[in-house]
Amino acid sequence: MPHSPDSHTRDPIARLGGAVKRYGPLTALDGADLCLQRGELLALLGPNGAGKTTAIGLLLGLIRADAGAVELFGQDPQRIEARRRIGVMLQNAELPATLRVGELLRLTASYYPAPRTLAETAELAGIADLLKRPYAKLSGGQQRRVQFALALCGRPELLFLDEPTVGMDIEARQKLWAAIRQLLAEGCAVLLTTHYLEEAEALADRVCVMAHGRMIHEGTVDELRARVAMKRIRCLSALPVDTVRSWPEVGQVHRDGERLHIGTAEAEVVVRRLLDADRHLCELEVHRAGLAEAFTELTRDADEASDTDQREAA
Amino acid sequence: METVMSVTELGTTSVMPRSRVIGAYLEEARSECLRYMRAPSFMLPIMLFPAMFYLLFGVLMAKSNGPDAARYLLASYGVFGVMSPGLFGFGVSLALERDGGLLTFKRALPMPPGAYLLGKMLMAMAAATVVILLLLAMATLLGHVTLSLSQVGALLITGALGVLPFCALGMFVGTLIKGQGAPGMLQLIYLPMSFMSGLWFPLPMLPKFLQQIAPLWPSYHLDQLALAAVGMRQGTLLPHVLTLFGITAAFLLLAARRLRRHG
Repeated sequence: MPHSPDSHTRDPIARLGGAVKRYGPLTALDGADLCLQRGELLALLGPNGAGKTTAIGLLLGLIRADAGAVELFGQDPQRIEARRRIGVMLQNAELPATLRVGELLRLTASYYPAPRTLAETAELAGIADLLKRPYAKLSGGQQRRVQFALALCGRPELLFLDEPTVGMDIEARQKLWAAIRQLLAEGCAVLLTTHYLEEAEALADRVCVMAHGRMIHEGTVDELRARVAMKRIRCLSALPVDTVRSWPEVGQVHRDGERLHIGTAEAEVVVRRLLDADRHLCELEVHRAGLAEAFTELTRDADEASDTDQREAA
Repeated sequence: METVMSVTELGTTSVMPRSRVIGAYLEEARSECLRYMRAPSFMLPIMLFPAMFYLLFGVLMAKSNGPDAARYLLASYGVFGVMSPGLFGFGVSLALERDGGLLTFKRALPMPPGAYLLGKMLMAMAAATVVILLLLAMATLLGHVTLSLSQVGALLITGALGVLPFCALGMFVGTLIKGQGAPGMLQLIYLPMSFMSGLWFPLPMLPKFLQQIAPLWPSYHLDQLALAAVGMRQGTLLPHVLTLFGITAAFLLLAARRLRRHG
């Protein structure tokens, strides 16, 4: 593949090209495409069983694709030279219970050509007070922080974070986000999988949504939100639900005590009607749909498409 | 070729000096030794069982049979003691770590190839040496066995290297069975095999049939080497050494094949 010398910066550092992975009759990845650029944070979202773990497994060289291309820094991920440039935090890895945190860091750092110093790693991950403690004696949240420290200790150019904040309280989560932002500022790229959409919203440059082993959407967080034109209106009003439902612009409506919840694509029209119909209406709020709504709608569409496929196949 | 070029230009950080690669192997071995030496649930059974058996049969009950009995059983219980760090240190820990995700994590990291297994091997060799030292101390202090320095050295080397076939066997079983099932399975191999190789009672005391099939067990061959080391056996040792080599290589290959296929 010919390319000019200055195109290197635009070469993806991690790439799946039409990757297929089957486990017996089950197709975990069905032609997945993914491109990760230098220094960006890409959030990989999708319901359980969408193929996120398989996609990560391919990029880490843990499994081999049945078809398609898998590249890490332009190389086969099973080559150790490629993996020397990545850091990894997996969902569940039981680390040696009797080793102290400092010993775990020292061991992991020894795999890398130019790792951070122990102090630098501990500072970044906020675990300076834990270095002398045996791993098994730590709380779940502390263990996650240590795993994060292990991921960044090798001064990686690309960090794989698989559900990094599961089991963390809000404060710990925000500290981890701050550390991730610091790494991004240093030019490190991150591939993040998460169930927390606010995590993707807070950190991601780009979001990639998976369903049924394929990428069904890729774009910025705003683009994903914009896929869903729906806006949410909330207000205190005595208007009957049925009246509001009869307006043509209104999608869904339900009542929660005195509060009306309305979903619509044309918020301005509905708000005008509401104010005309109920002079006592108060506490009016209009929201854009969040990532959660967008995500739900996208994956539901994918489910329906997949069902249709299956019916046609049958 | 183009791809390789661009990658080397992107960053030279993936080039690792040889000294750091060797350092990584050493760190892995150090961590592996540390974590098991600190785990009483691993070290205690390994040390206690051979020591207890030897005290009972080799020291207390053998007094009436003269010092040769204590010498003979030093070799046999030494082999019995060497088998368990191999089978359990290697097999069980591999099975647990495959189950617990540690092996997956290590495979994703840029750990040098083989460092994980090499570390476990050195750990098993260290534990085997500790067991032999313990039995040697009991034999000389309590059993009044007199050994020359070269005999002590020969027995230590037999123990440290003799653990390897059992590492390979333990590793193979560890790749077959995940998690908590492995210890039970390995006990089913360990105890009958020890008995049938004449490690608990000398072979001539066992039924004829068991004596005939004894050469099937790796522990029988290691026992012959250990007996020679303490001066209780004459004759050629080469067939036993070669058999142990063969067994080690065969199980290593089988295990490596399964690990590559199933992770």
